[in-house]
Amino acid sequence: MIHIILPPAACLLATALPTAEPPSGLQTNIPEAAYLLASLLFIFGLKRLSSPRTARSGNRVAGIGMALALGGTFVLPGMGNFGWIALAIVIGAIPGWLLAKRVKMTAMPQMVSLFNGMGGACAMFISLGEITKWEGAPGGKPSVMAVVAYAFPMLLGIVLGGISFTGSLVAFGKLQGLVSEKPVRWPAQKLINAAVVLCILGAAIGVGGDSTRTAAVLILVALALLLGVLQVLPIGGADMPVVISVLNSCTGLAAAVTGFAMTNMSMIIAGTLVGAAGSLLTVLMCKAMNRSLAKVIFGSFGGAAKGQAAAGASDKTQREIAAPECAIMMGYARKVIIVPGYGLAVAQAQHLVHELDDLLEKRGVEVKYAIHPVAGRMPGHMNVLLAEADVPYPKLLDMEEVNPEFEQADVALIIGANDVVNPAARTEAGSPIYGMPILNADKAKNVIVIKRGRGTGFAGIENSLFYNPNTRMLFGDAKKALQELTTEVKAL
Amino acid sequence: MIYIFVLAIFTGVEVISRVPTVLHTPLMSGANAIHGIVLIGGVIVLGRAGDNMILFALGFIAVVFGTLNVVGGFVVTDRMLEMFKAKAPTKEKDAK
Repeated sequence: MIHIILPPAACLLATALPTAEPPSGLQTNIPEAAYLLASLLFIFGLKRLSSPRTARSGNRVAGIGMALALGGTFVLPGMGNFGWIALAIVIGAIPGWLLAKRVKMTAMPQMVSLFNGMGGACAMFISLGEITKWEGAPGGKPSVMAVVAYAFPMLLGIVLGGISFTGSLVAFGKLQGLVSEKPVRWPAQKLINAAVVLCILGAAIGVGGDSTRTAAVLILVALALLLGVLQVLPIGGADMPVVISVLNSCTGLAAAVTGFAMTNMSMIIAGTLVGAAGSLLTVLMCKAMNRSLAKVIFGSFGGAAKGQAAAGASDKTQREIAAPECAIMMGYARKVIIVPGYGLAVAQAQHLVHELDDLLEKRGVEVKYAIHPVAGRMPGHMNVLLAEADVPYPKLLDMEEVNPEFEQADVALIIGANDVVNPAARTEAGSPIYGMPILNADKAKNVIVIKRGRGTGFAGIENSLFYNPNTRMLFGDAKKALQELTTEVKAL
Repeated sequence: MIYIFVLAIFTGVEVISRVPTVLHTPLMSGANAIHGIVLIGGVIVLGRAGDNMILFALGFIAVVFGTLNVVGGFVVTDRMLEMFKAKAPTKEKDAK
């Protein structure tokens, strides 16, 4: 109810504000009112984004807020260069629009990362621009207030923006396969990072001196960019969602501190909002994966324990199965639980899954989907994907809902998922994923795994489920395998 | 301004705290679009650059990047959510 009432109320407020002051104040009042309204719309938008039914409108509400804030900015006193602003916006908007419209559903995560990086770069350039103005500030020594309220946020804006820029680009590269997905490591990593951070502090102090300023600022930028790369390169692809979320809140903070330096309310509010929400989101994601944030950022994924797990598994064999046999198993089952994973997304096989599901349901088989919170590359990835294929929402079950059901399931069909069904998370205390909540697919009477090859999963950990006596492997691309399966099920 | 900062932190946390995992990705994407607000800073820098070539160049680049963030962010989020919206009526029907 409240979201029906509030927007009109906010509109009222916006129309009331400028007229309350004499017309001479219009130039500052219109932007202020627009910013206020925009900030309300952002909060609203975020709120609506957190429920599936209102999410889409929430995004649009936030979009309107952005347009308002932008419009208000044009009326600020002392503005010029409107033609150039428009040109820059067009140059940014066209590729942004095209990229966003054309990108495949599976490539969404890296797209988000890329756009996030753009925001970081934007904050960095703004802070740079602001700092050149500071040089021209009157008076010899800057007051303490000026340092706290202006210089500090600006420098922070450069550093956070820079880290976020290159960090996001590396994350994009990793997800896109341009940079190695595996953690890249080098000796004395933490030491080097610490040294870079110290140098950043040093450079920041150097900015204070008039003679050293330009050089110090440039060094600061270079170091911030370097730090972004250094921080993200060693992190494995499996942790990228968390990294993107961290960088997202980082850009949010960069926007906020830049807002402080420019005394722009909407930037402070929106930036902080994203910074806070992003941080919380990061924590939630980490919880879903049972990984501590510190481990993601500083620790390694799939290190030592990988060797022994692999050694333990090597004396067992994986049993292969052909599509016709799979089809029989599923076609005559009472209950089938499908466990989708990243492999499904890569193969773009979500429509085929739905088709198979329909065929099975027609034969009286109960079909459910088990969605692990972090299946795929991002939380919610699978839901989005299956929703695209028109799989009815109630068939998608959360981990908590579905886990007790595996025991009654005749077949668990695992499509391109690996780590989220690895029983090692339950049993092997030494495993890097130990303690992560998993889908108990191994409890099903039969397990069929559709997998591209025998390799380990994203985290580089051997999966003992694949060696279980009741597990059958159907090797091949998810799309091809599912096509075969549907043909076979039709033929039954 | 510090008050606003602190209040915004609380608002951000409060607004997000009960989000289902399903929506983590779109939410991150939406938040990503919202921090595109830096665009405004870019517009201000460029708008007030006057004849200062350095400011002009920095502002121009900032606006280009900022717009990429805003437009791309909102469109990507919208595309993600498109799928949820189509599902919403089905969900209600099936629930009954």
